[in-house]
Amino acid sequence: MAKAKITFSDIEQTVNVPAGTRVIEVSERIGAGIIYGCREGDCGTCMMHVEEGWNNLTEPSVLEEKVLRENMASRHDRLACQAQILGDCKVKPA
Amino acid sequence: MMSPAASAPAWDFDDQAPAVEVAPGVHWIGALDPGLRTFDIILRTANGTTYNSYLVRGEDGVAVIDTVKAEFAEDFFARLESAARYDEIRVIVLNHLEPDHTGALPELMRRAPQAQLYISKRATAMLKALLKPRDDRPLTYKTVGTGDEVSLGGRTLRFLHTPFLHWPDTQCTWLAEEGVLFSGDVFGCHHCDARLFNDLCGDFRFAFDYYYAHIMRPFKSYVVDALKLIEPLPIKLIAPTHGPVLRDRPRRYVTRYRELSTPSLAERIDQDERSLIIFYMSAYGSTARMAEAIRAGVEESEGIRVSLYDLEGGEVQPFVDLIESADAMALGSPTINGDAAKPIWDLLSSLAVIDLKGKLGAAFGSYGWTGEAVKMIEDRLRGLKLRVPVAGLRIKLIPTDEELEECREFGRALAGALVRGEQGRVIDFADLG
Repeated sequence: MAKAKITFSDIEQTVNVPAGTRVIEVSERIGAGIIYGCREGDCGTCMMHVEEGWNNLTEPSVLEEKVLRENMASRHDRLACQAQILGDCKVKPA
Repeated sequence: MMSPAASAPAWDFDDQAPAVEVAPGVHWIGALDPGLRTFDIILRTANGTTYNSYLVRGEDGVAVIDTVKAEFAEDFFARLESAARYDEIRVIVLNHLEPDHTGALPELMRRAPQAQLYISKRATAMLKALLKPRDDRPLTYKTVGTGDEVSLGGRTLRFLHTPFLHWPDTQCTWLAEEGVLFSGDVFGCHHCDARLFNDLCGDFRFAFDYYYAHIMRPFKSYVVDALKLIEPLPIKLIAPTHGPVLRDRPRRYVTRYRELSTPSLAERIDQDERSLIIFYMSAYGSTARMAEAIRAGVEESEGIRVSLYDLEGGEVQPFVDLIESADAMALGSPTINGDAAKPIWDLLSSLAVIDLKGKLGAAFGSYGWTGEAVKMIEDRLRGLKLRVPVAGLRIKLIPTDEELEECREFGRALAGALVRGEQGRVIDFADLG
Protein backbone atom coordinates (compact mmCIF):
# COMPACT_ATOMS: atom_id res chain seq x y z
CA MET A 1 0.00 0.00 0.00
CA ALA A 2 1.20 3.49 -0.82
CA LYS A 3 2.61 5.38 2.15
CA ALA A 4 2.83 9.08 2.98
CA LYS A 5 4.45 11.15 5.71
CA ILE A 6 2.49 13.68 7.71
CA THR A 7 4.31 16.11 9.98
CA PHE A 8 2.57 17.89 12.87
CA SER A 9 4.73 20.95 13.22
CA ASP A 10 3.38 22.00 16.64
CA ILE A 11 4.84 18.87 18.26
CA GLU A 12 7.54 18.27 15.64
CA GLN A 13 6.41 14.70 15.02
CA THR A 14 6.25 12.89 11.71
CA VAL A 15 4.18 9.77 11.10
CA ASN A 16 4.41 7.36 8.20
CA VAL A 17 0.81 6.46 7.28
CA PRO A 18 -1.02 4.40 4.64
CA ALA A 19 -2.30 6.70 1.87
CA GLY A 20 -5.97 7.50 2.46
CA THR A 21 -5.68 7.83 6.25
CA ARG A 22 -7.65 10.74 7.67
CA VAL A 23 -5.62 13.35 9.56
CA ILE A 24 -7.86 12.92 12.64
CA GLU A 25 -6.84 9.26 12.97
CA VAL A 26 -3.19 10.21 13.26
CA SER A 27 -3.29 13.50 15.14
CA GLU A 28 -5.31 12.21 18.08
CA ARG A 29 -3.08 9.20 18.61
CA ILE A 30 0.16 11.16 18.31
CA GLY A 31 -1.12 13.93 20.56
CA ALA A 32 -0.94 16.87 18.15
CA GLY A 33 -2.64 20.09 19.24
CA ILE A 34 -5.59 20.01 16.83
CA ILE A 35 -8.82 20.02 18.85
CA TYR A 36 -11.87 18.08 17.67
CA GLY A 37 -15.54 18.77 18.19
CA CYS A 38 -18.21 16.90 16.22
CA ARG A 39 -15.70 14.81 14.21
CA GLU A 40 -18.07 14.84 11.25
CA GLY A 41 -17.19 17.99 9.36
CA ASP A 42 -19.90 20.20 10.77
CA CYS A 43 -18.57 22.27 13.67
CA GLY A 44 -15.27 23.53 12.23
CA THR A 45 -13.41 23.08 15.53
CA CYS A 46 -10.65 20.95 13.99
CA MET A 47 -9.53 23.54 11.46
CA MET A 48 -5.84 23.09 10.66
CA HIS A 49 -3.39 25.02 8.53
CA VAL A 50 -1.56 23.07 5.83
CA GLU A 51 2.01 24.41 5.75
CA GLU A 52 3.32 22.08 3.05
CA GLY A 53 1.79 19.55 0.66
CA TRP A 54 -1.58 21.26 0.19
CA ASN A 55 -2.15 19.21 -2.94
CA ASN A 56 -1.34 15.98 -1.14
CA LEU A 57 -4.66 15.96 0.72
CA THR A 58 -8.01 14.90 -0.76
CA GLU A 59 -10.10 17.72 -2.26
CA PRO A 60 -12.53 19.30 0.25
CA SER A 61 -16.17 18.33 -0.23
CA VAL A 62 -18.88 20.91 -0.85
CA LEU A 63 -19.89 20.62 2.81
CA GLU A 64 -16.33 21.08 4.05
CA GLU A 65 -15.94 24.12 1.78
CA LYS A 66 -19.06 25.60 3.36
CA VAL A 67 -17.84 25.04 6.92
CA LEU A 68 -14.41 26.47 6.03
CA ARG A 69 -16.07 29.58 4.61
CA GLU A 70 -18.24 30.00 7.70
CA ASN A 71 -15.18 29.79 9.91
CA MET A 72 -13.29 32.40 7.91
CA ALA A 73 -10.68 29.86 6.88
CA SER A 74 -7.60 31.15 5.11
CA ARG A 75 -6.50 29.66 1.79
CA HIS A 76 -4.64 26.63 3.07
CA ASP A 77 -6.89 25.72 5.99
CA ARG A 78 -8.69 22.37 6.09
CA LEU A 79 -10.78 20.31 8.50
CA ALA A 80 -8.60 17.61 10.04
CA CYS A 81 -11.58 15.28 10.51
CA GLN A 82 -12.28 15.33 6.76
CA ALA A 83 -8.95 15.59 4.92
CA GLN A 84 -7.34 12.32 3.88
CA ILE A 85 -3.60 12.07 3.41
CA LEU A 86 -2.48 11.12 -0.12
CA GLY A 87 1.15 12.29 -0.03
CA ASP A 88 3.65 14.05 2.23
CA CYS A 89 2.33 17.08 4.05
CA LYS A 90 2.91 19.31 7.07
CA VAL A 91 0.10 20.68 9.22
CA LYS A 92 -0.51 22.65 12.42
CA PRO A 93 -3.61 23.83 14.36
CA ALA A 94 -5.21 26.82 12.56
CA MET B 1 -30.61 23.74 36.13
CA MET B 2 -31.96 26.60 38.18
CA SER B 3 -32.82 26.00 41.78
CA PRO B 4 -36.25 27.13 42.92
CA ALA B 5 -36.35 30.81 43.68
CA ALA B 6 -37.58 29.98 47.18
CA SER B 7 -34.13 28.65 48.06
CA ALA B 8 -32.48 31.91 47.17
CA PRO B 9 -31.14 33.91 50.07
CA ALA B 10 -32.49 37.36 50.65
CA TRP B 11 -30.28 39.97 49.00
CA ASP B 12 -30.09 43.58 49.83
CA PHE B 13 -30.15 44.41 46.18
CA ASP B 14 -32.84 45.67 43.91
CA ASP B 15 -33.11 43.58 40.73
CA GLN B 16 -34.20 46.71 38.96
CA ALA B 17 -31.39 48.84 40.42
CA PRO B 18 -29.62 51.04 37.90
CA ALA B 19 -26.42 50.28 36.11
CA VAL B 20 -23.25 50.40 38.20
CA GLU B 21 -20.30 52.46 36.96
CA VAL B 22 -17.16 50.30 37.13
CA ALA B 23 -14.81 52.71 35.33
CA PRO B 24 -15.35 56.18 33.83
CA GLY B 25 -18.04 55.72 31.18
CA VAL B 26 -18.16 51.96 31.68
CA HIS B 27 -21.24 50.46 33.37
CA TRP B 28 -22.10 47.00 34.63
CA ILE B 29 -25.56 46.12 33.30
CA GLY B 30 -25.60 42.43 34.19
CA ALA B 31 -27.83 40.29 36.40
CA LEU B 32 -27.54 38.42 39.69
CA ASP B 33 -28.60 34.78 40.05
CA PRO B 34 -28.15 34.03 43.76
CA GLY B 35 -30.43 30.97 43.68
CA LEU B 36 -28.36 28.92 41.24
CA ARG B 37 -26.67 25.89 42.81
CA THR B 38 -25.62 23.87 39.77
CA PHE B 39 -24.25 25.39 36.59
CA ASP B 40 -24.16 23.48 33.30
CA ILE B 41 -24.91 20.22 35.16
CA ILE B 42 -21.27 19.79 36.26
CA LEU B 43 -20.36 22.87 38.28
CA ARG B 44 -21.58 23.52 41.80
CA THR B 45 -21.89 26.94 43.35
CA ALA B 46 -22.61 27.66 46.99
CA ASN B 47 -24.03 31.13 46.43
CA GLY B 48 -25.16 31.40 42.83
CA THR B 49 -23.55 33.33 40.00
CA THR B 50 -23.75 36.55 38.06
CA TYR B 51 -24.13 37.15 34.34
CA ASN B 52 -22.03 40.23 33.74
CA SER B 53 -22.70 42.52 30.83
CA TYR B 54 -21.12 45.90 30.29
CA LEU B 55 -21.89 49.15 28.54
CA VAL B 56 -19.13 51.44 27.20
CA ARG B 57 -19.94 55.03 26.26
CA GLY B 58 -17.92 56.90 23.64
CA GLU B 59 -18.42 60.29 22.01
CA ASP B 60 -20.05 58.73 18.97
CA GLY B 61 -22.12 56.03 20.55
CA VAL B 62 -22.40 53.16 22.94
CA ALA B 63 -21.19 49.55 22.94
CA VAL B 64 -22.81 46.66 24.80
CA ILE B 65 -20.40 43.88 25.66
CA ASP B 66 -22.08 40.48 26.16
CA THR B 67 -25.61 40.01 27.50
CA VAL B 68 -27.20 37.70 30.09
CA LYS B 69 -29.08 34.41 30.40
CA ALA B 70 -32.58 34.69 28.87
CA GLU B 71 -34.44 34.43 32.22
CA PHE B 72 -32.61 37.55 33.43
CA ALA B 73 -33.24 39.71 30.37
CA GLU B 74 -35.66 41.98 32.24
CA ASP B 75 -33.00 42.98 34.82
CA PHE B 76 -30.48 43.50 32.03
CA PHE B 77 -32.71 45.78 29.96
CA ALA B 78 -33.74 47.78 33.04
CA ARG B 79 -30.09 48.46 33.85
CA LEU B 80 -29.23 49.19 30.24
CA GLU B 81 -32.07 51.72 30.02
CA SER B 82 -30.75 53.49 33.12
CA ALA B 83 -27.44 54.14 31.33
CA ALA B 84 -28.26 54.54 27.61
CA ARG B 85 -30.97 54.77 24.97
CA TYR B 86 -31.34 51.92 22.51
CA ASP B 87 -30.78 54.24 19.54
CA GLU B 88 -27.35 55.13 20.97
CA ILE B 89 -26.11 51.56 20.74
CA ARG B 90 -23.75 51.28 17.77
CA VAL B 91 -21.83 48.18 18.72
CA ILE B 92 -22.64 44.83 20.33
CA VAL B 93 -19.58 42.72 21.18
CA LEU B 94 -19.99 39.04 21.91
CA ASN B 95 -16.89 37.70 23.63
CA HIS B 96 -18.52 34.27 24.04
CA LEU B 97 -21.73 32.90 22.54
CA GLU B 98 -22.82 30.41 25.20
CA PRO B 99 -26.52 30.97 26.05
CA ASP B 100 -25.81 32.38 29.52
CA HIS B 101 -24.25 35.36 27.72
CA THR B 102 -26.42 35.57 24.63
CA GLY B 103 -29.87 34.88 26.11
CA ALA B 104 -30.91 38.51 25.80
CA LEU B 105 -29.23 39.03 22.41
CA PRO B 106 -32.23 38.49 20.08
CA GLU B 107 -34.33 41.01 22.02
CA LEU B 108 -31.43 43.47 22.22
CA MET B 109 -31.02 43.24 18.43
CA ARG B 110 -34.74 43.87 18.04
CA ARG B 111 -34.58 46.96 20.27
CA ALA B 112 -31.31 48.26 18.74
CA PRO B 113 -31.51 47.12 15.10
CA GLN B 114 -28.86 49.62 14.00
CA ALA B 115 -26.16 48.06 16.21
CA GLN B 116 -23.34 46.17 14.52
CA LEU B 117 -22.44 42.75 15.97
CA TYR B 118 -18.75 41.97 16.54
CA ILE B 119 -17.74 38.34 17.04
CA SER B 120 -14.55 36.31 16.81
CA LYS B 121 -13.54 34.56 13.61
CA ARG B 122 -14.50 31.20 15.08
CA ALA B 123 -17.97 32.29 16.20
CA THR B 124 -19.84 32.51 12.89
CA ALA B 125 -21.33 29.02 12.84
CA MET B 126 -22.41 29.33 16.47
CA LEU B 127 -24.01 32.72 15.88
CA LYS B 128 -26.02 31.28 12.99
CA ALA B 129 -27.05 28.28 15.07
CA LEU B 130 -28.12 30.65 17.82
CA LEU B 131 -30.07 33.19 15.75
CA LYS B 132 -31.24 30.94 12.88
CA PRO B 133 -31.09 33.52 10.07
CA ARG B 134 -33.47 33.08 7.09
CA ASP B 135 -33.55 34.63 3.63
CA ASP B 136 -36.18 37.10 4.83
CA ARG B 137 -34.29 37.70 8.08
CA PRO B 138 -30.61 37.90 7.17
CA LEU B 139 -27.89 38.29 9.74
CA THR B 140 -25.17 40.90 9.53
CA TYR B 141 -22.09 40.82 11.71
CA LYS B 142 -18.36 41.54 11.62
CA THR B 143 -15.73 38.99 12.52
CA VAL B 144 -12.64 40.29 14.28
CA GLY B 145 -9.28 39.02 15.51
CA THR B 146 -6.23 40.28 17.36
CA GLY B 147 -5.31 43.75 16.08
CA ASP B 148 -8.82 44.65 14.92
CA GLU B 149 -10.54 47.54 16.63
CA VAL B 150 -13.68 49.62 16.62
CA SER B 151 -13.84 53.27 17.68
CA LEU B 152 -16.70 54.69 19.70
CA GLY B 153 -15.31 58.22 19.47
CA GLY B 154 -12.50 58.93 21.91
CA ARG B 155 -12.62 55.30 23.00
CA THR B 156 -11.46 52.28 21.13
CA LEU B 157 -12.33 48.64 21.65
CA ARG B 158 -9.49 46.33 20.60
CA PHE B 159 -10.00 42.62 20.18
CA LEU B 160 -7.80 39.77 21.35
CA HIS B 161 -8.22 36.38 19.67
CA THR B 162 -8.25 33.94 22.61
CA PRO B 163 -9.90 30.75 21.29
CA PHE B 164 -10.86 27.72 23.40
CA LEU B 165 -11.29 29.63 26.64
CA HIS B 166 -13.44 27.65 26.93
CA TRP B 167 -15.23 27.37 23.55
CA PRO B 168 -13.73 27.82 20.08
CA ASP B 169 -15.40 31.23 19.73
CA THR B 170 -14.05 32.98 22.82
CA GLN B 171 -12.29 36.36 22.62
CA CYS B 172 -11.39 39.26 24.91
CA THR B 173 -11.97 42.97 24.33
CA TRP B 174 -9.60 45.67 25.55
CA LEU B 175 -10.59 49.27 26.25
CA ALA B 176 -7.16 50.89 26.16
CA GLU B 177 -8.19 54.39 27.31
CA GLU B 178 -9.43 53.06 30.66
CA GLY B 179 -7.26 49.95 30.99
CA VAL B 180 -10.35 47.72 31.14
CA LEU B 181 -10.18 44.12 29.93
CA PHE B 182 -13.55 42.57 29.08
CA SER B 183 -12.35 39.02 29.43
CA GLY B 184 -15.42 36.88 28.85
CA ASP B 185 -15.32 33.72 30.97
CA VAL B 186 -11.57 34.11 31.53
CA PHE B 187 -10.89 35.28 35.11
CA GLY B 188 -14.54 34.61 35.94
CA CYS B 189 -16.10 32.48 38.67
CA HIS B 190 -19.49 31.43 39.94
CA HIS B 191 -19.88 33.72 42.92
CA CYS B 192 -22.84 36.00 43.46
CA ASP B 193 -22.34 39.05 45.60
CA ALA B 194 -24.36 42.22 45.13
CA ARG B 195 -21.38 44.30 46.25
CA LEU B 196 -19.97 43.45 42.82
CA PHE B 197 -16.31 44.50 43.23
CA ASN B 198 -13.60 42.09 44.33
CA ASP B 199 -12.46 44.32 47.20
CA LEU B 200 -16.00 44.46 48.61
CA CYS B 201 -17.20 40.87 48.02
CA GLY B 202 -16.77 37.94 50.38
CA ASP B 203 -13.76 35.66 49.97
CA PHE B 204 -14.25 34.05 46.57
CA ARG B 205 -10.71 32.72 45.99
CA PHE B 206 -11.84 29.09 46.12
CA ALA B 207 -14.59 29.82 43.59
CA PHE B 208 -12.00 31.42 41.27
CA ASP B 209 -9.72 28.38 41.45
CA TYR B 210 -12.66 25.94 41.18
CA TYR B 211 -13.90 27.67 38.04
CA TYR B 212 -10.45 27.53 36.47
CA ALA B 213 -10.10 23.84 37.40
CA HIS B 214 -13.34 22.87 35.67
CA ILE B 215 -13.63 25.33 32.80
CA MET B 216 -10.12 26.41 31.75
CA ARG B 217 -7.92 23.53 32.87
CA PRO B 218 -8.63 21.25 29.86
CA PHE B 219 -7.37 24.11 27.64
CA LYS B 220 -4.20 25.07 29.50
CA SER B 221 -2.08 25.47 26.38
CA TYR B 222 -4.64 27.97 25.05
CA VAL B 223 -4.64 29.78 28.41
CA VAL B 224 -0.88 30.19 28.03
CA ASP B 225 -1.33 31.56 24.48
CA ALA B 226 -3.96 34.02 25.74
CA LEU B 227 -1.78 35.12 28.64
CA LYS B 228 0.91 36.13 26.14
CA LEU B 229 -1.60 38.66 24.77
CA ILE B 230 -3.03 39.69 28.14
CA GLU B 231 0.07 39.96 30.35
CA PRO B 232 1.64 42.95 28.53
CA LEU B 233 -1.55 45.04 28.89
CA PRO B 234 -1.55 47.85 31.52
CA ILE B 235 -4.70 46.48 33.16
CA LYS B 236 -6.56 48.65 35.65
CA LEU B 237 -9.72 46.54 35.83
CA ILE B 238 -10.82 43.10 34.63
CA ALA B 239 -14.48 42.78 33.73
CA PRO B 240 -15.32 39.09 33.40
CA THR B 241 -18.73 37.63 32.49
CA HIS B 242 -19.20 35.78 35.81
CA GLY B 243 -18.46 36.74 39.38
CA PRO B 244 -16.84 39.83 40.91
CA VAL B 245 -15.51 42.72 38.85
CA LEU B 246 -11.76 42.72 39.52
CA ARG B 247 -10.71 46.31 40.21
CA ASP B 248 -8.42 45.82 43.21
CA ARG B 249 -4.99 44.60 42.04
CA PRO B 250 -6.37 42.88 38.95
CA ARG B 251 -2.93 41.62 37.92
CA ARG B 252 -3.06 39.11 40.80
CA TYR B 253 -5.68 37.18 38.87
CA VAL B 254 -3.57 37.15 35.71
CA THR B 255 -0.65 35.87 37.78
CA ARG B 256 -2.89 33.21 39.32
CA TYR B 257 -3.86 31.97 35.83
CA ARG B 258 -0.17 31.78 34.94
CA GLU B 259 0.49 29.73 38.11
CA LEU B 260 -2.45 27.42 37.50
CA SER B 261 -1.40 26.86 33.88
CA THR B 262 2.20 25.98 34.69
CA PRO B 263 2.75 22.26 35.27
CA SER B 264 3.84 21.79 38.87
CA LEU B 265 5.76 18.60 38.15
CA ALA B 266 7.90 20.33 35.54
CA GLU B 267 9.30 22.50 38.31
CA ARG B 268 10.57 19.50 40.22
CA ILE B 269 11.41 17.00 37.50
CA ASP B 270 14.13 17.59 34.97
CA GLN B 271 12.65 18.81 31.70
CA ASP B 272 14.45 16.02 29.86
CA GLU B 273 12.99 13.37 32.15
CA ARG B 274 9.77 11.57 31.20
CA SER B 275 7.29 10.60 33.90
CA LEU B 276 5.40 7.30 34.10
CA ILE B 277 2.82 6.56 36.80
CA ILE B 278 1.75 3.00 37.60
CA PHE B 279 -1.59 2.64 39.39
CA TYR B 280 -2.91 -0.69 40.56
CA MET B 281 -5.54 -2.50 42.61
CA SER B 282 -4.76 -5.90 44.04
CA ALA B 283 -6.93 -8.37 45.96
CA TYR B 284 -4.35 -11.04 46.84
CA GLY B 285 -1.10 -9.28 45.96
CA SER B 286 -0.59 -10.74 42.46
CA THR B 287 -1.38 -7.57 40.50
CA ALA B 288 0.73 -5.64 43.04
CA ARG B 289 3.71 -7.93 42.33
CA MET B 290 3.18 -7.42 38.61
CA ALA B 291 3.18 -3.65 39.18
CA GLU B 292 6.47 -3.83 41.10
CA ALA B 293 8.10 -5.96 38.40
CA ILE B 294 6.90 -3.55 35.68
CA ARG B 295 8.39 -0.66 37.68
CA ALA B 296 11.69 -2.55 37.90
CA GLY B 297 11.65 -3.04 34.10
CA VAL B 298 10.98 0.66 33.48
CA GLU B 299 13.72 1.69 35.92
CA GLU B 300 16.33 -0.02 33.78
CA SER B 301 15.89 2.85 31.30
CA GLU B 302 17.63 6.18 31.78
CA GLY B 303 15.61 9.36 31.81
CA ILE B 304 12.28 8.05 33.09
CA ARG B 305 10.88 8.87 36.52
CA VAL B 306 8.51 6.07 37.51
CA SER B 307 5.99 6.24 40.38
CA LEU B 308 3.91 3.41 41.83
CA TYR B 309 0.55 3.91 43.56
CA ASP B 310 -2.01 1.56 45.07
CA LEU B 311 -5.38 3.11 44.19
CA GLU B 312 -6.81 1.62 47.37
CA GLY B 313 -4.69 4.04 49.40
CA GLY B 314 -5.47 7.34 47.71
CA GLU B 315 -8.12 9.82 46.62
CA VAL B 316 -8.88 10.33 42.94
CA GLN B 317 -8.17 14.07 42.70
CA PRO B 318 -4.42 14.08 43.51
CA PHE B 319 -4.02 11.18 41.10
CA VAL B 320 -5.70 13.23 38.36
CA ASP B 321 -3.17 16.01 39.07
CA LEU B 322 -0.34 13.47 38.77
CA ILE B 323 -1.63 12.13 35.45
CA GLU B 324 -1.90 15.66 34.05
CA SER B 325 1.82 16.16 34.55
CA ALA B 326 2.85 12.64 33.50
CA ASP B 327 3.82 11.38 30.07
CA ALA B 328 2.39 7.88 30.56
CA MET B 329 0.26 5.82 32.91
CA ALA B 330 -0.09 2.08 33.38
CA LEU B 331 -3.17 0.70 35.14
CA GLY B 332 -3.29 -2.69 36.81
CA SER B 333 -6.47 -4.40 37.93
CA PRO B 334 -7.63 -7.88 38.76
CA THR B 335 -10.82 -9.05 37.05
CA ILE B 336 -13.77 -9.22 39.41
CA ASN B 337 -17.03 -10.58 37.99
CA GLY B 338 -15.89 -9.84 34.44
CA ASP B 339 -14.88 -6.22 35.09
CA ALA B 340 -12.01 -4.09 36.35
CA ALA B 341 -12.21 -2.90 39.95
CA LYS B 342 -14.37 0.18 40.54
CA PRO B 343 -11.52 2.53 41.67
CA ILE B 344 -9.99 2.08 38.20
CA TRP B 345 -13.19 3.33 36.59
CA ASP B 346 -13.50 6.11 39.17
CA LEU B 347 -10.07 7.33 38.08
CA LEU B 348 -10.70 6.86 34.36
CA SER B 349 -13.99 8.76 34.54
CA SER B 350 -12.36 11.74 36.26
CA LEU B 351 -9.94 12.75 33.51
CA ALA B 352 -12.18 15.03 31.42
CA VAL B 353 -10.77 18.10 33.20
CA ILE B 354 -7.22 17.54 31.95
CA ASP B 355 -5.53 17.43 28.57
CA LEU B 356 -4.49 13.85 27.80
CA LYS B 357 -3.21 14.51 24.29
CA GLY B 358 0.02 12.68 23.51
CA LYS B 359 0.16 10.56 26.67
CA LEU B 360 0.80 6.83 26.58
CA GLY B 361 -1.36 4.26 28.36
CA ALA B 362 -0.97 0.60 29.29
CA ALA B 363 -2.94 -2.05 31.19
CA PHE B 364 -2.06 -5.18 33.12
CA GLY B 365 -3.53 -7.47 35.74
CA SER B 366 -3.73 -10.87 37.37
CA TYR B 367 -6.99 -12.81 37.13
CA GLY B 368 -8.63 -15.95 38.43
CA TRP B 369 -10.84 -17.28 35.67
CA THR B 370 -11.90 -14.82 32.95
CA GLY B 371 -9.51 -11.84 32.85
CA GLU B 372 -11.52 -9.25 30.87
CA ALA B 373 -10.31 -6.25 32.90
CA VAL B 374 -7.08 -5.64 30.97
CA LYS B 375 -8.80 -5.42 27.59
CA MET B 376 -11.56 -3.20 29.00
CA ILE B 377 -9.01 -0.78 30.49
CA GLU B 378 -7.11 -0.68 27.19
CA ASP B 379 -10.32 0.14 25.32
CA ARG B 380 -11.06 2.96 27.74
CA LEU B 381 -7.53 4.34 27.42
CA ARG B 382 -7.91 4.36 23.64
CA GLY B 383 -11.33 5.97 24.05
CA LEU B 384 -9.61 8.76 25.97
CA LYS B 385 -7.27 9.10 22.93
CA LEU B 386 -4.20 7.81 24.69
CA ARG B 387 -1.75 5.78 22.67
CA VAL B 388 -1.47 2.18 23.87
CA PRO B 389 1.89 1.18 22.41
CA VAL B 390 2.37 -2.13 24.27
CA ALA B 391 -0.24 -4.90 24.29
CA GLY B 392 -1.83 -5.45 27.72
CA LEU B 393 -0.34 -8.08 30.01
CA ARG B 394 -2.52 -10.68 31.78
CA ILE B 395 -1.29 -13.33 34.17
CA LYS B 396 -3.42 -16.10 35.61
CA LEU B 397 -3.39 -16.05 39.42
CA ILE B 398 0.01 -15.95 41.15
CA PRO B 399 2.89 -14.84 38.89
CA THR B 400 5.85 -17.22 38.55
CA ASP B 401 9.44 -16.01 38.22
CA GLU B 402 9.15 -16.37 34.42
CA GLU B 403 5.95 -14.37 34.43
CA LEU B 404 7.52 -11.67 36.59
CA GLU B 405 10.26 -11.46 33.97
CA GLU B 406 7.47 -10.93 31.39
CA CYS B 407 6.31 -8.04 33.56
CA ARG B 408 9.83 -6.53 33.57
CA GLU B 409 9.92 -6.94 29.80
CA PHE B 410 6.53 -5.19 29.61
CA GLY B 411 8.07 -2.33 31.62
CA ARG B 412 11.09 -2.20 29.31
CA ALA B 413 8.83 -2.05 26.24
CA LEU B 414 6.78 0.75 27.78
CA ALA B 415 9.94 2.66 28.65
CA GLY B 416 11.17 2.14 25.10
CA ALA B 417 7.96 3.56 23.64
CA LEU B 418 8.23 6.57 25.97
CA VAL B 419 11.81 7.31 24.99
CA ARG B 420 11.20 6.64 21.29
CA GLY B 421 8.42 9.23 21.35
CA GLU B 422 11.05 11.97 21.33
CA GLN B 423 10.66 14.79 18.87
CA GLY B 424 11.99 14.45 15.37
CA ARG B 425 11.72 10.71 14.92
CA VAL B 426 9.40 9.32 12.21
CA ILE B 427 6.84 7.02 13.82
CA ASP B 428 5.03 4.35 11.86
CA PHE B 429 1.23 4.57 11.97
CA ALA B 430 1.01 0.89 12.93
CA ASP B 431 3.08 1.60 16.07
CA LEU B 432 0.70 4.24 17.36
CA GLY B 433 -1.42 1.60 19.13
